[in-house]
Amino acid sequence: MEFQTHSSPHTSRPNRVDKVMLQVVMALIPGTIALVFYFGWGVLLNVILAVASAAAFEALVMKLRKRPVLPPLFDLSAVVTALLFAVAIPPLLPWWLVVLGMAFAIIMVKQMYGGLGYNPFNPAMAAYVLLLISYPVEMTSWLPPQLLVEQSLSLGEILSFKFVGTLPVDLTLDAITMATPLDEMRTKLDLNQMISEIRTSPLWGDFGGQGWEWVGNWFLMGGIWMVYKRTITWQIPLAFLTGLVGMATLFWLFDPESFPFPLFHVFSGGAILGAFFIATDPVTASTTRAGQLIYGAAIGVLVYIIRTWGGYPDAVAFAVLLMNMAAPTIDYYTRPRVYGHGGAKNG
Amino acid sequence: MYVEAKRGESRELWKFHGGLHLPEHKEISRTQPTRQTNLPKCLVLPLHQHIGVPAQPLIEVGQHVLKGQKIADASAPVTAPLHAPTSGTVLEICDHPIPHPSGLPGQCIVIEPDGRDEWGELPLPITNYLSAEAKTLRERIRESGIVGMGGATFPSAVKLNPGKPIKTLIINGAECEPYITCDDRLMQDDPERVMAGARILQHMLQSEECLIAIEDNKSEAILALHNLVQDDEPIEVIRIPALYPSGGEKQLIRILTGREVPSSGLPAQVGVICHNVATAAAIADAVLEGKPLISRLVTITGEGIREPGNFQAMIGTPASELIAQAGGYQNNPQQLIMGGPMMGFDLATDAIPITKGSNCLLCPTPEELPRPEAAQACIRCGRCADVCPANLLPQQMYWYSRAKDLEKVQDYNLFDCIECGCCSHVCPSHIPLVQYYRFAKHESWAQEQERRESEHAKQRHDARVARLERLEAARKARLRKKKEALDKKPPAKKAAKPEASDKESKQAAIEAAMKRAAEKKAKLQAQPKNTENLTPAQQAKIEAVEQRRKATQESTPEHETEQQS
Repeated sequence: MEFQTHSSPHTSRPNRVDKVMLQVVMALIPGTIALVFYFGWGVLLNVILAVASAAAFEALVMKLRKRPVLPPLFDLSAVVTALLFAVAIPPLLPWWLVVLGMAFAIIMVKQMYGGLGYNPFNPAMAAYVLLLISYPVEMTSWLPPQLLVEQSLSLGEILSFKFVGTLPVDLTLDAITMATPLDEMRTKLDLNQMISEIRTSPLWGDFGGQGWEWVGNWFLMGGIWMVYKRTITWQIPLAFLTGLVGMATLFWLFDPESFPFPLFHVFSGGAILGAFFIATDPVTASTTRAGQLIYGAAIGVLVYIIRTWGGYPDAVAFAVLLMNMAAPTIDYYTRPRVYGHGGAKNG
Repeated sequence: MYVEAKRGESRELWKFHGGLHLPEHKEISRTQPTRQTNLPKCLVLPLHQHIGVPAQPLIEVGQHVLKGQKIADASAPVTAPLHAPTSGTVLEICDHPIPHPSGLPGQCIVIEPDGRDEWGELPLPITNYLSAEAKTLRERIRESGIVGMGGATFPSAVKLNPGKPIKTLIINGAECEPYITCDDRLMQDDPERVMAGARILQHMLQSEECLIAIEDNKSEAILALHNLVQDDEPIEVIRIPALYPSGGEKQLIRILTGREVPSSGLPAQVGVICHNVATAAAIADAVLEGKPLISRLVTITGEGIREPGNFQAMIGTPASELIAQAGGYQNNPQQLIMGGPMMGFDLATDAIPITKGSNCLLCPTPEELPRPEAAQACIRCGRCADVCPANLLPQQMYWYSRAKDLEKVQDYNLFDCIECGCCSHVCPSHIPLVQYYRFAKHESWAQEQERRESEHAKQRHDARVARLERLEAARKARLRKKKEALDKKPPAKKAAKPEASDKESKQAAIEAAMKRAAEKKAKLQAQPKNTENLTPAQQAKIEAVEQRRKATQESTPEHETEQQS
């Protein structure tokens, strides 16, 4: 009898790229729902817009590259990029900025380098930074959490603002948007206010801003689930949070009235999202386990430095992109000791 | 990690990096009792079924051979002889498909059994091996054609001459590959033979300890061997946790001793020698009974086999016959693997013989072991590095292998890869990683070979240039000497009658040249032309051709074009 031949191993493979990506998508769901709950329909519209345009751009590039269109869509990597971008941007961001961001992420950052696996930078974060630098006003105009407003915008009003740019006659943009808690803290600290004084505002919750900290909690749950499922390794999130908390503790102990307490940093802005979902993007992160500790910790430290002394209130995107550049070098210097290459007990 | 061991003491075990818990599928073949096989219609014995120099036939086609008779051997230091598994007639010595990953055929001796299964004269048993010298025993093991039966097929006698004191002798009964159960069955059915082999090996090497390592999923085997261990001997049966590839030599040494075999070194360098349990049993047969290695246990398993189990098969039995005795195929299998699913290789045909290293024939259905889907791009997740038992960075090796950057991939210790397949198994992008490393290894070997050859060519070229320079220098020296000699002669004599002598010598030279030319011409004419000495028939043919040629030349151009079209 004759048979076909292939190379070993001949096992059925337990892992698949789309399974990994699907786990990331699932882990993002609780946090995303929380965002919708606290910040309204705008978040959901962003998600839909981003996913649709990311898929469209991915398909377009595949067509142009004369490659099969469906496989890269079904590996769900574009969906993950779109989701991460959508939960990072303000809910009222005009539609064309969402599309522009996705065009940049998918076409320039991902596909121009060769597609999934070849991009040196995190596409979602690169797009976020592009928009933040080019459209700072739109990118920093967040809605207050719905706990704090008496009358929130309806779905129709949000739709009309996002797509046409018109608000109900009695409202101005300044009246309905506000700065993020991190932004608020920075501005007030720059005005030489004490932290105890700043935190008397109803904006604040237990650790971070009202609502914000709960979103962080839900993302944290998703992140821990991914660690449990081995979708991501524990090294990067742990090192990230340790780096951030370490720096924050150091300065907080030095002067608790000018430097916010460590958990404020953890539960504000994109720290948790960044630690579990963004810094852990395998393509752009360090791959050796020792390297991941360095990589994660460096991002955590950079986030603190940029938040405290840099030009922008939040810093996850900048820190991640900076460390993306360093990842290959970190990998090179953190190669594990191979079996039989010294160091072991011998004889 | 501590494990209960002999005399109530506990023994420390070490861990190796990575490894995988794989579905075992061992129950398919383990539960069936070992079956004897019928005498096959013919036996195909590859001359090269061991590592080292191929054996050369000692018999001729048509010769009658007896069971256990040596039929092939070589005089090289690393080789193994071959014996007739049964009595019969040598049908032919020819190229035949053999179980090899390349799928290329190899030279084989084909024997047609005569059905009498008649033993030839065997060497005397060495029952009192304790008083025998290691050298005598080694010679017996060599003459019995014993090679590593776990699959590596390295001649055992060579391995037993380490030239270094051996602290630990390891008898490898780990059998960590899924599906395979032949070592398990051997340890359950014949623990005495395994134990006898272990004692002989321990005596030969005078090792401080002899550890029989068995994975903890083989309780019956552990118990069977454990019951045979006597209190006063340095032999222990060690239960090791089941974790693929714990049966890999380097990994097992690490588990049991904490020592690591140096890169590109040998276990003996860390005072360890490893032998498979089946090898130990074969050594016991050779020493205690004088029997050469002519049969082995083979696991025939997979859902494509009707009655899977373990079979005592003669070396040289065609796989097709063995599978027929296991009830034949079922469920339309698409694949036949020699060895286990992780490290075994696909066979293109079942018309290949069982060799000394064939531990398993695995015939899975496509549903059981589906072919991997098309490879996708690497997402750098690093799972491959997590499971690598050599603690390599498979992903980096993959990128460099793909880029054919052989220097870099060797820098990442390509040659420490044992090709266990763990990285490929866990890869979410289904990249055939091991295949890339095999490619890189072979490319590196080819490049090394090329480098050596070009080095050799360069040496020859340099030698030639040096020689030519030497000759040139010698010639110049000679000329200079001649010139000096000429210069010493008085110039007056030379100028006496220059023109006349010049003319005369020229004339003589011309005449000589003309004479040479004439001689050459005559010689050429004397040589027969191919148009001479023709038969009349040939002559007629040539004339006919000439006629035709003339006719064509005379014919009109229009006619020519017509012919061409």
